[in-house]
Amino acid sequence: MTLATEPPKANFRLGMLIYDTRYRSYTIQVIVLILFALGVAWLANNTIENLAAKDKDINFGFLWNRAGYDIDQHLIPYTNDDSHFRALLVGLCNTLVVAFVGCVLSTVLGVIIGVLRLSKNWLVARLMTVYIEIFRNVPLLLWIILVYVVFSETRPEPKAFKIVDGTSQAQMNFFDTVAVTNRGMNVPYPMLTNPLPTFNIGFMPISLSLLAVIAVVAGSIYANILLRRRTKATQEATGIRPTIWWKSVLILIVPVTALLFAMGLHWDYPVFKGFNFKGGLNIAHSFTALTIALTLYYASVIAETVRAGIQAIAKGQSEASAALGLRPGRTMSLVILPQALRVIIPPLISQYLSLTKDTSLGIAVSYLDLRGTLGGITLNQTGRELECMTLMMLIYLIVSLIISAVMNAYNASVKLKER
Amino acid sequence: MKKSVFFGALAATTVLAGSAFAGTLDDVKARGELICGANVGLTGFGAPDATGAYKGFDVDLCKAIAAAVLGDAAKVKYVPTTGETRFTALASGEVDVLIRNSTWTYSRDTDLKFDFVAVNYYDGQGFMVKKELGVSSAKELDGATVCIQTGTTTELNLADFFKSNNISYTPVTVGDDSEALRQYDAGACDAYTTDASGLAASRASLANPADHIILPEIISKEPLGPVVRHGDNNWGDIVRWTYYALLEAEEKGITKANIDTVGTSTTDPEVKRLLGLEGDLGAMMGLDKEWAKRAIAASGNYGEIFEANIGTSTPIGLARGLNALWTQGGLQYAPPFR
Amino acid sequence: MALLYVRRDMLAPQAPPASQSGAIHWVRDNLFKGPFNTILTLLAAWVLFELVSLSWPWLANGVWSGASSMADCRAAVAAKAGPDASGACWAMIRERWPQFIFGFYPPELWWRPILTFGLLFVALAPVLYADNKSAMSKLCGVVGVLTVICLIGADGFSFHTVLTIALFAALTAAAAIKPRLLLIVTLIFPFLALWMMWGGSIWGPISVMVGFALVVWVVITAQPKLGTIAATILAVLAFTAFFLDPISSVLDLAAGVVNFVASWFTSTNWHPTLAGSVFGLGFDLRNLLPLQPQVSEAWQAMLPYDLTYVASDKFGGFLLAFVIGVSSISISLPLGILLALGRRSDMFLVKTLSVGFIEFVRGVPLITMLFTASLLLQYFLPPQTKFDLILRVVILVTIFSAAYNAEVVRGGLAALPRGQYEAADALGLDYWQAQRLIIMPQALKISIPGIVSTFIGLFKDTTLVSFVGLADPLRGITTIVRADIAWKGIYWEPYIFVGAIFFLVCFGMSRYSMYLENKLKTDHR
Repeated sequence: MTLATEPPKANFRLGMLIYDTRYRSYTIQVIVLILFALGVAWLANNTIENLAAKDKDINFGFLWNRAGYDIDQHLIPYTNDDSHFRALLVGLCNTLVVAFVGCVLSTVLGVIIGVLRLSKNWLVARLMTVYIEIFRNVPLLLWIILVYVVFSETRPEPKAFKIVDGTSQAQMNFFDTVAVTNRGMNVPYPMLTNPLPTFNIGFMPISLSLLAVIAVVAGSIYANILLRRRTKATQEATGIRPTIWWKSVLILIVPVTALLFAMGLHWDYPVFKGFNFKGGLNIAHSFTALTIALTLYYASVIAETVRAGIQAIAKGQSEASAALGLRPGRTMSLVILPQALRVIIPPLISQYLSLTKDTSLGIAVSYLDLRGTLGGITLNQTGRELECMTLMMLIYLIVSLIISAVMNAYNASVKLKER
Repeated sequence: MKKSVFFGALAATTVLAGSAFAGTLDDVKARGELICGANVGLTGFGAPDATGAYKGFDVDLCKAIAAAVLGDAAKVKYVPTTGETRFTALASGEVDVLIRNSTWTYSRDTDLKFDFVAVNYYDGQGFMVKKELGVSSAKELDGATVCIQTGTTTELNLADFFKSNNISYTPVTVGDDSEALRQYDAGACDAYTTDASGLAASRASLANPADHIILPEIISKEPLGPVVRHGDNNWGDIVRWTYYALLEAEEKGITKANIDTVGTSTTDPEVKRLLGLEGDLGAMMGLDKEWAKRAIAASGNYGEIFEANIGTSTPIGLARGLNALWTQGGLQYAPPFR
Repeated sequence: MALLYVRRDMLAPQAPPASQSGAIHWVRDNLFKGPFNTILTLLAAWVLFELVSLSWPWLANGVWSGASSMADCRAAVAAKAGPDASGACWAMIRERWPQFIFGFYPPELWWRPILTFGLLFVALAPVLYADNKSAMSKLCGVVGVLTVICLIGADGFSFHTVLTIALFAALTAAAAIKPRLLLIVTLIFPFLALWMMWGGSIWGPISVMVGFALVVWVVITAQPKLGTIAATILAVLAFTAFFLDPISSVLDLAAGVVNFVASWFTSTNWHPTLAGSVFGLGFDLRNLLPLQPQVSEAWQAMLPYDLTYVASDKFGGFLLAFVIGVSSISISLPLGILLALGRRSDMFLVKTLSVGFIEFVRGVPLITMLFTASLLLQYFLPPQTKFDLILRVVILVTIFSAAYNAEVVRGGLAALPRGQYEAADALGLDYWQAQRLIIMPQALKISIPGIVSTFIGLFKDTTLVSFVGLADPLRGITTIVRADIAWKGIYWEPYIFVGAIFFLVCFGMSRYSMYLENKLKTDHR
């Protein structure tokens, strides 16, 4: 056996940059770098020339000018006197809310449908298959438009709720607290008689009352977890599991109730007055329709992922759990789904990303999200397409990257730890 | 810093090197086709019919320009533009002229670097409501839900109007006219606001027009007109004077029907100048003598175009109002042709 | 001694008890097994009932023909089912369906998109069926018959119909005898399709094709003699000379540099158009290149042959959806492969750029890409560059789907066992040989279902082009129809019609991709 000979080092020739695999990759990378730099320079040069030809510049200063238009749904305070930048933030919040609610609901619905599709109930399984195929194979845009139209065409106008001679044409739901009109949903809104103060951080007002409620609820949950842990320890030590459900209930409910009582919680109910319902919280159908359409569409996609995940679990698993005496429902929730989760999560991440990006279709039902404010009205009123589009793409990109980073971290934590 | 200087120098040289802006007129002539930025879905003003042929009040002005420049009213390519893409299409040179219900405003004229060469329709933003609401003035709309079309000046006007009257409203921003109308019809908004002309067109198309009223308040000035790019003044002149030729034709009683005979029968020197029988007005803009004659022959004079597309005999049924000639109490006034 | 109490002959098998067989058993077993299942069944039945009872009157009162406006429709419904009844107005579809399918494409030229669409399947056949003669000839035959039926429907029995019959007969025969011949159709299809859809001189697409053939020829002849690198350089040079105009841009750039340097010392400007004389060549280099338009013009002058030119703004409806979908996916596939290879590359820079590009494109919504096409592309291209919106949209959608295809192909590459790469190395194949002969054929085969689903997604997403003013079937054409004063007030019908067509196409493709997936699975296990 001879040892591998050391390659000759001394005489480096220029040709080796091309023919020697050790150096070739550097040559290629240098060429790529040069081409890339040239490409970027070309684009930048074109842009500058074009801007010069149109007598324009790149200037983000317009973001601090008065926006002048109104946005009907805003999570942070906004009036038409605020700046375009604030309109951008309002839009971003609207985008994020739809994306978040959509992701949560479509996951829940998708898992249910995916499981039901494999149900032994013939009718249910067929129905779910039809549902999945119909929703998956028709453009999302169509669903968004249709759901919106269903709301605005089938629900009564607000004035149908007007009480004339003791009766009204349409009835409110849930003991006269919720009214669903063809414009939106009017639901009661919690009010406080003696709230804690509110202060502003930057652009966002922070309500101390809300923070206090969140803190108390979180504390209660944590206390409950401690309680359960102790109970489990007792059970393991003595073999007897003490009854704790009433303690749990007390821990979870009493503190928050006491806090709300102290702050003087009461509900602001929607009441019909003039043209619309006044009071309460109004959720426009553009939001509801967009969320529902995204949920229905992505539920069908997620259901397929869930089905594939469940079917990827070996049959022996469900047989083993049946042998242990678990009922089918518990087999699904305790044995199959936790394992299927590992298969499901990676495609789920990309579906969350798609959903988030597809919230930009809200423009079809006049939902003013980031695309509607920054990329729509602001762009139109200022004529700054280069700045607006760049900024919008950047924001979407950052949101996408954050979502995928978070989800990937979660994926890494549930991944089967192989040794 | 260095970099920007470098690219600046680069840019300057290339502009100097003079691929230089060829005049739009030369472009159009070389292409043999006028590219007109049009509306795709505004009944009466600009929309394609079942065969895909564009028809409407704005479209007829495109045809007149094509007739004046190229001698054939059919040599127009219509580029469909949305409220959001229209100005970019014009700025990038994708269209030669934009005739799409665009309001002449200060910032569009200056900041966006466009020229509004004329006003072919004086409009104003109004409100339409259902009769049964019992509203007789826009100031009674406190708390109402209002449908608006996005990408227009209307959303700003609306905000200003409600603010100055110190009343509140809920805006519903809708993408296009037909969708806004559907929402209004379904009762998803109490009032629909857009240019009064659009309101009239929309009202006409509802199942029971008599159930809807257009409120008396006109909350804004909306001078709509053809737009061209800043800087090409000759092209701007052509669009402007083609439009004025149509106006002048109405004033002087030149119609599509009599255009071939009126030249010989008239004694009015201005008519003769306009029709190219006297002097050579066309040459001053790089056109031939009969440019105006062809423009008028394309779809008739201003009054004829108005009546054929949006006038009282059409389903839209707009009265001339502000758009009557100045001789009849309106604002339409063509400068003298001499 | 026989046991007398044991039966000697078998009893005839008895039918199972009524509760264990037949419809009742099936219903019990499948619908009402346990309380939970019963509740589910009842719930599902209730949902079905509600859906049907809500939509049935509307569908049953539908007006199918004989109405030319919404008012006619309303009158017809009222006459049929009383004044307050609601009914669908399918008569609108009857009147306007050509717009939903062809947009504004001139009716006398409808044969062109129909024939192109038919040929698309023939061009795909070699990819789908490899060398399977019977499958390919069957496909050609069926597609031919369908195409001819469509043509007769659209156009009557004309010259084009005869031509199509002859063409498809020849193709079917070719598929049955020598399926490889169909590869020629695959290769020329892109150029043919362009020419058929837009029309114009035939020499344009032919000269482009010749250009590509030239580049391939240069690579094939030069590679064995001069080696890969020299061949690549030659090919790039040939491509540049044929299609691009590098000289002007290089000169502009050079002028910029020179002027930049010169501006430190003097105030004179060096003029790039003088370049020819600066180099002492006596002519302006700018007029020399590229070759392609010159070749095409020369031939057009000698042998003019034109199809009627159809401008892009005539494209609309499903025609537009297919043009954007098919062209983007086919151009993006090679790009996607390159990006996938780049992402798996060992070279840091190549990898970083690929990852950056892919993640950027996947991180932004398609709608922003479309707005880039309509609003921003004009900034990034040299001044005075103008090309129409459809082309710009195709470019951006191609970039978009390239990133998605890259991820699909990367999945295929990752699924290949390492041994395949090592075996290729052991055989002494270089990188591109290994990719071409060993890796790609296997990786692409695994990726086909993924590519089909990318295409389905993309096809559905073509509806978004309405946001930049193109006449897509869903919002674009529908808006135009609803702006017609005769059809104001129509709402559900166009959406249902368009949705149904989308469903048929996408469902068909997804079934096909599932079939492929199953077929490929058995190959590997």
